[in-house]
Order: sequence, then C-alpha cells, then structure tokens
Amino acid sequence: MKSKKYLIVGLSLLLLTAMTVTVSRLNIGIAFAILIALLIATFKGSLVASFFMHLASERKVIHILLLSTLFLFIVLMGLILFGRLNVYEGMSHVP
Amino acid sequence: MDAIPYTITPREDTGLYNARLGIWLFLSSEVMLFGALFATYVILRLGALDWPRGASLLSVPLGTFNTVVLIASSVTMVFAWVSLKEGNLGKYRLTMGLTILLALLFMAVKLFLEYLPKFRHHHYPSENTFLAIYFTLTGLHALHVLGGVVVNAYFWGPGAKMWHVEPERFTNRIEIAGLYWHFVDLVWIFLFPILYLL
Repeated sequence: MKSKKYLIVGLSLLLLTAMTVTVSRLNIGIAFAILIALLIATFKGSLVASFFMHLASERKVIHILLLSTLFLFIVLMGLILFGRLNVYEGMSHVP
Repeated sequence: MDAIPYTITPREDTGLYNARLGIWLFLSSEVMLFGALFATYVILRLGALDWPRGASLLSVPLGTFNTVVLIASSVTMVFAWVSLKEGNLGKYRLTMGLTILLALLFMAVKLFLEYLPKFRHHHYPSENTFLAIYFTLTGLHALHVLGGVVVNAYFWGPGAKMWHVEPERFTNRIEIAGLYWHFVDLVWIFLFPILYLL
C-alpha cells in the first residue's frame, strides 16, 4: 500500500519534469517562464519533502527548525534584493 | 542504557531518535549552503548585461535524463526503507543496489557526457559567469551525490550486517540515509530548470 503511494509520487515527479521542459520551450517571455518553472520546481520539491522525507507527518520540532531555516533563507535573498536598490547609477551591471 | 542513547527509542523532549533530529539539523545547514549559492546565482544574473539561456550552452536532453535518473533513485531509496520495515532484506539489497547504480549513472552522465566534452572544447569555469556558477553549483551537487553513493554502498555491503543484530537500528540508519538522498534529489529539482532551461 505504502509502495503504491511512493510510486504515484515518483510518477507525478516525472510528469512534472516533462511539464517543466515543455513549458520552457513555449514562447512566453523569460519572466513568465522563470515564474512557471520555479512554481513547478517548488511543487515538485514539496512532493519530495512531504512524501519521500515524511515531512507531512514529522514532529513539530522539525517543522519549527525548517521554518527557522526558511526565514533565514528569505532574509538572505531579501538582503540581496534590497542591496540592489542601493547601487550607484552605472554600476548595476557586471561587464 | 546503550553506549549511544536514543538510536531506536525517541527522546522524551524531542519525540525523535537522535539521528533523525541530527540529520534535519544537518539538512538545514545544507539549505543555507545551497541557498547562499542560489543567492549568488541571482546576484550574478541580475547584475549581468547579458545572460545566456541554459539550453544554448548545456544539453537539455542530458539534463532531463539525469533528472529522471535521480527521481527514480529517490523512489528506489524509499522502497529500500519500506523493504526493511517489512522485514525483507533481499528486497532491500535489490532496491538499495538500484539506488547506487542510478546514482553512478547520474555521475557517469555528468562526468563523461557533460563535463569532459566541455573541457575538451575548452569551456572552463573561467570562460564566463554562467559557466562559473554552473560548474560551482553542479560540482557541489555532484560531490553530494558521491557522498551519498559512499554511504549507501556501505549500508548495502558491510553495514548491512547490523540488520542481523539490531534490525530496528539498521532500519533507522537507512531512513537517515534516505532523508539525505531525497535532499540531494530536491536540490537537483531546482538546479535543473535554473541552469538548463531558463
């Protein structure tokens, strides 16, 4: 029974991989392509974490630990993005 | 009390056996390690006047193939753990063996069909920013795959002796190895579109 569940998750991951490749070949503009690809990757990642890594039924202490990590990761990315707002004119690109 | 406590029974305060908390702490540090490199990628990409589409420099079919291989290895890895839960060592050996073979296949494709042809055509990390971050991210990921192969091979071979004396503890060890292996798969799930497709 458990094996069947894991097999379905595995097949879903393969299907989503095919979808990622297909979407990347559509002419939808780079910004939209990045958004769609990251959304699919996040969904795939949450399938792996929830089912293969049993995060869905994991203890509260692990959820707190991972939420703290997520917070720090968001701070890291936020600092970078805010940093880009504070760049001198003409210095925003690497030659 | 055992020499090392809480290898099977959960601690009263965390509700987990120690290795399970330990691996999640380790994986959290890994999130920040790869997170810092993903952040580096964002800085480099936003700061570049021109950024190549991954498909113009990398092989999408090979990247897709390796994604399928890693997903398949995650499925066989979770089957290896389920086999032990069912008390079937033979099935464990088969599924864990498949996991190791799939990981080696991933490494072979990466090395012989991706890295070496690039080096032969003088495409090194020093050539441009894209290749620099490509080799850094995929190289670090490949090292993680290699680490997983070493650990899994040990548990497939000599490490499996523990099954005959402490089956529950051995099952827990495979669960921990599995958590690491699925994380390696998870990182690749993000690396593949970012580097090959966008």
